[in-house]
Amino acid sequence: MEALIHAFFNLEILGKSAPILWAGLKMTLVLSLVVVPLGAAGGLAVALLHQTRLRWPMMLYVDFFRAFPPLVLLMFVAFGLPFVGLDLGAFGAVALAFLLNTSSYYGEVFRAGIESVPRGQVEAARSTGLTALQSMAYVVVPQAVRNVLPDLLSNTLEVVKLTSIASVVALPELLHAARQAQASTYNATPVIAAGIIYLLLLWPLVRLLSRFEHRQIASR
Amino acid sequence: MGKLGETFFNWAIMAEYAPKVWEGLQLTVWLALAAIVTGLAAGLALALVRAFRLALLNFAIVVFVDVLRALPPLVLIIVLYFALPTVGIRLSGFVATWLALSMVLAAFAEEIFWAGIQSVPKGQWEAARSTGLSFAQALGHVVLPQALRITIPPLTNRTIAITKGTALGAVVAVGEILYQAQSAYSFSYNPSPLTLGAAAYLVLFIPVVWFGRWVETRFAWKR
Repeated sequence: MEALIHAFFNLEILGKSAPILWAGLKMTLVLSLVVVPLGAAGGLAVALLHQTRLRWPMMLYVDFFRAFPPLVLLMFVAFGLPFVGLDLGAFGAVALAFLLNTSSYYGEVFRAGIESVPRGQVEAARSTGLTALQSMAYVVVPQAVRNVLPDLLSNTLEVVKLTSIASVVALPELLHAARQAQASTYNATPVIAAGIIYLLLLWPLVRLLSRFEHRQIASR
Repeated sequence: MGKLGETFFNWAIMAEYAPKVWEGLQLTVWLALAAIVTGLAAGLALALVRAFRLALLNFAIVVFVDVLRALPPLVLIIVLYFALPTVGIRLSGFVATWLALSMVLAAFAEEIFWAGIQSVPKGQWEAARSTGLSFAQALGHVVLPQALRITIPPLTNRTIAITKGTALGAVVAVGEILYQAQSAYSFSYNPSPLTLGAAAYLVLFIPVVWFGRWVETRFAWKR
């Protein structure tokens, strides 16, 4: 037991690695605050274009990027693009890879939402004199978002968890910071601590989603 | 275009490393199948245990599910592979990745199976029990078959998403597609192997993504 505490819950090591973990946590939060809105906006654009004549190209885009594991996309962007003179840096590469990946997932969610709004809503909106764009923005999208809110949140949870793969291209977010601290202290406490930080950060969202899901089923 | 082609589609380099990527593809398939089988089986087992509504066990299941839904899979893999050896438990990269993906899939699958079981109207339970079936029989012969049908679309999507997590194995030196492509890239200092790896994922997962779409429409909720 003592050996376990020494190896995983070593307070002395934790104290030493606290500053680097804190810096990592801040980077994870900044990264999430960049990639979630970017991905969601991209996804909404994909879903809206899906309603136009660009339906097939959008479907291709979505299926193409959903077929890649996100880490594969990230490696390709981070290591491949510099060969054609496009070096975005670690943060830029992560942002671009996440935009391509998460916008296709958000796109599917938004599309399902838009398609769940009855056709009569658009007709009614148009008949009051709103333009096509206005009825989309003021009538359809707000209802669509409400209808798929649990799926949007669930996807957002996955995106925040996914930011941990940025550690692979040496972006100093939480997991990367923890591994650096582990390497310099020869002790696993920082990695365990990072796991606990992710838990504390995301557990409320997991609980909320669980409640949403049960309510959804109860209503059926 | 010539330079772009030479950089990303260098046929000579691709041909050289194609056998490696092919090896990686096979390992990816094995790893994915192993994680799917154990993950889904464990998830179903947990949901069935939960149906018996034993307070302490249910609490443990909910904690397990919540923890594994909140933790990024890569963090789990790193803990299993890099942290456990410090207390004398040494797992290979393959086992660590398989175990992590199985646990995550088990957690998500449990939630979905459990939601399915709960969605079956109470009258079905009562009718089954009143014909003389035991609790376990009612669960197995009446409730579960009805529950499974509605779990198919969400389960398919979740399983596909977690299957793509096999690429995370590259971080702990599992010789799957990404690992092979990446090491070939470091040897040749040319990104063509990465292109080849990406193509391998497309070949593997485009049909899977389409299968997911088909399942979604085929088993859609009748409202």
